[in-house]
Amino acid sequence: MSTAVHWTAWSVFAFFFALVTLLGFVAARWKKADLNLRHEWGLGGRRFGTAITWFLLGGDLYTAYTVIAVPALVYATGAYGFFAVPYTIVAFPIFYVFAPRLWNVCHRHSYVTLADFAQGRYGNRWLMLAVALTGVLATLPYIALQLVGMQVVFEAMGFGGVRQGAEIALIVAFVVLAVYTYTSGLRAPAMIAFVKDTMIYVFVIAAVIVIPAKLGGYGAVFAAADRAFAAKGSGGILLHSGQAMPFASLAFGSAIALFLYPHAATGMLAASNAGTLRRNAMLLPVYSILLGLIALMGYMAIAAQVDAKGTAIVPALIMQSFPQWFAGFCCAAIALGALVPAAIMSIGAANLVTRNIWRPYIDADMTPTQEAHVAKVTSLVVKFGALAFVVFLPLEYAINLQLLGGIWIAQILPPIAFGLFTRWFRGSALLAGWAAGMALGTALSASVGMKPVFALPGIGGVYIGLIALAANIALAALLTLIADARGLARTGDVTQDADYEDAVAVRS
Amino acid sequence: MAVNRRLWLLALPFLGTLIVPLYGAREPYLFGFPFFYWYLFAWLLVLPPLIWFVDRGRRQ
Repeated sequence: MSTAVHWTAWSVFAFFFALVTLLGFVAARWKKADLNLRHEWGLGGRRFGTAITWFLLGGDLYTAYTVIAVPALVYATGAYGFFAVPYTIVAFPIFYVFAPRLWNVCHRHSYVTLADFAQGRYGNRWLMLAVALTGVLATLPYIALQLVGMQVVFEAMGFGGVRQGAEIALIVAFVVLAVYTYTSGLRAPAMIAFVKDTMIYVFVIAAVIVIPAKLGGYGAVFAAADRAFAAKGSGGILLHSGQAMPFASLAFGSAIALFLYPHAATGMLAASNAGTLRRNAMLLPVYSILLGLIALMGYMAIAAQVDAKGTAIVPALIMQSFPQWFAGFCCAAIALGALVPAAIMSIGAANLVTRNIWRPYIDADMTPTQEAHVAKVTSLVVKFGALAFVVFLPLEYAINLQLLGGIWIAQILPPIAFGLFTRWFRGSALLAGWAAGMALGTALSASVGMKPVFALPGIGGVYIGLIALAANIALAALLTLIADARGLARTGDVTQDADYEDAVAVRS
Repeated sequence: MAVNRRLWLLALPFLGTLIVPLYGAREPYLFGFPFFYWYLFAWLLVLPPLIWFVDRGRRQ
């Protein structure tokens, strides 16, 4: 970490941060409505069209931490870190098949969260609670990692030896974020996403043209990476034998988990109709191209021989390759890239706590205004919890918990994804499957020292989220068969087949 | 509602990217990119028109 303070970079950074803060507060007046109502605060009134949804979901799924962590993994391991690309390739066919059905049923029944849907479909309030708790647990460390993304950018711009400068900057940024999320709800990140994503596109397009040109072209970048891995004796620009299975299973397992996260659900349900989501399944892969290019920065950092390692390589590459004013712009793009997902994640978690924990288990007689109030306060608590996490605990805690979060969130796939197509599974069987999947996933991960991959005899390394999910599905199916054979009564389903289809009058 | 037969086409991205031996190679290079990399980028260019084509099948 350098002790110099890059004043020009900081000035450009401060300008964009101030601009976005202003937007965050102005957002309260956009598509004006009563923000004391929860679906207005928490889903932006379900009025976002194709373009806004594209920016919102894109800004939501490709986070500041992605921009920092994916190149860091590519820098350290090579081709293996590229699993993020097939991951976001297979994610969109999945999105195309499931998201419109989810939107339709949630719109028809005024569901705000995935846990609401589980309750309606299976009439099992414990299953609802399981889905809600999993979502909240998986989201908290994810928010914490967004802060890590901001922190490394601050450190790259330097504090001139001010102790805890990064923590102070982080707290300032987060207080600002918390206040405008509180006042403007989902409208704030939707409006900011537009600015932030435009900045990220400018940054990445400049980086993938300018940096390789300085380094002698992409051929030279790949060759330098190839030599570096050969010298190091590990990693490589191609997968080694034995890496194919972990690579493919991580890509697939991450893709099926992606849309089960509360922030993804919030982004989807805020769309104005199912057609908006179908068009986004076609348009969101553009962000994946961006992600692939960002991943290549790992190799550029090797070729440029940056004086940094781990998560610091991208900011270091930026500071080294660009004039200060543009480096400040890029740092602002990444830091703002943390604010959008952090806001949506805290809103998604707040919706879950309010709807699926507070109302059913604590205060059943809340008015819509009280509900909005609880959600707003929860969004504050969640964000400051994440902040405390990053400031007071070692970084590995957040990283390990985020990894576990991915394994956990995959365990709500059967009630949600299967539930969108069939009511064959029983709620209680799904609940048992979920518990087994959570326990197995956590235990396997702990047994290999908090790694995502477990070596199965005869198959090789497989993503633990998928292993746990297989056990989860098998148990849920088995218990459903047993209960059906014994003729036990089924709990009610308030949804009907037609609820999942587009309304006949609305053609996209 | 009739099931959209074109939905089967959505299996292609899964087969094309999750069967890693298909593309785990260095040659041929394109613009300095080893095959492994430009193959994955090519999928990202194919995906939007593919999903669009599938979606047209739903609307017909």
